[in-house]
Amino acid sequence: MKPHLRRPHDLGGLDDGPIDRNEHLHEPWEKQVDAILRLLNDKTRNILSIDELRRGIEELGPGIYEKLSYYERWIASITNLLIEKNILEIDEIGRKMAEIERRWNEDRYPPKES
Amino acid sequence: MLASYPPGHIRTPFFVRGKSGIVHDILGMYRNPENLAYGRVDADNKYLLRVLFKQKDLWQSYNGSGHDSIILDLYEHWLESSGIHI
Amino acid sequence: MVKKEPLHPHQRDLEDTPFTHYQIMTTAITELLFQKNIFSPDDLRAQLEAIDRKGPADGARLIARAWVDPDFKERMKTSVNSAATELGLDPGNIPILAVENTPELHNVIVCTLCSCYPRMLIGLPPDWYKSRSYRARVVREPRTVLKEFGTEISDKVEIRVHDSTADLRYMVIPMKPDCTESMDESALAKLVTRDTMIGVTLAKVPD
Repeated sequence: MKPHLRRPHDLGGLDDGPIDRNEHLHEPWEKQVDAILRLLNDKTRNILSIDELRRGIEELGPGIYEKLSYYERWIASITNLLIEKNILEIDEIGRKMAEIERRWNEDRYPPKES
Repeated sequence: MLASYPPGHIRTPFFVRGKSGIVHDILGMYRNPENLAYGRVDADNKYLLRVLFKQKDLWQSYNGSGHDSIILDLYEHWLESSGIHI
Repeated sequence: MVKKEPLHPHQRDLEDTPFTHYQIMTTAITELLFQKNIFSPDDLRAQLEAIDRKGPADGARLIARAWVDPDFKERMKTSVNSAATELGLDPGNIPILAVENTPELHNVIVCTLCSCYPRMLIGLPPDWYKSRSYRARVVREPRTVLKEFGTEISDKVEIRVHDSTADLRYMVIPMKPDCTESMDESALAKLVTRDTMIGVTLAKVPD
């Protein structure tokens, strides 16, 4: 056996505890990630394949596979692929994320009028 | 199955590599995910086969029945012939 | 920094859930893809509605039909996708294979490498199907896992696990319970749950 060559997603046959059968309802952002993937993968757009999504998930980096939730892995992989495929640039993603966080904070905690 | 451990995106799980099973049926030709995963638009086609393994051949201390089995969908280039035809 | 109280009540889901790095990323990617006309807000809304329309009821309908119509069952075993189309369902483009339980054989579905699942006929997979524990254990100790779901299968019956490793998706055709001869298709469909079609439980026995 060469356990060190097993990649983090390749789980068949490993030891683990009882199955947690609690289910959470999908949050809106999780469904949104699913929808983004389906749109990018559909026949008309054909921007990324499921195989590429999976490869991206497997290669997020050491420890990340276990640390992220299911749809966190998806959006992380999708984002990396969109950069690789020259559809989005790192700089614009960074600026957009900062803008969204600022918008959200202002919406939640509007600045007091002086 | 090949006992092969290359890097990269592979759809042959670790737990069947180097194990023996029998071809249950042939599903047809599908594009090779090992190339599709890297955005290769000219990805080749491979035969995809359903391969049946006996559980007791996979795990040393299998706790179920001797009949129990598992089927995986595996691409042709991962199979190597045992020379036995049933 | 002093945390300021919001000035007016917000929606509960916005208020109580922290806005995480990956949620921010999701919103950012969505807005950028809108801007670049990769897809429109209408495309996204339509896709979200399509996700919400999918659920186990579609798969259960197929199985109820297969139980009452042996010819249909044979067609379904040849191609679930064309059988689903016969009933006016959209099975998508990925081929789905139906594996039938018999008195000698019990089938269970997993995807050890990711989360392949017949979403187009059953909806989104449950959390446990995607969990490390299910994916790791069901291939090596299926009987122990089935017991956790309250399902005991005789040692005389072969348990066959199908690992959806490649280009197909799987669903289980369970055995039709006894004492259901007088039931119509819609009543029969209610005996089939999502978990039954994954193979971790048997069809429900009517009251």
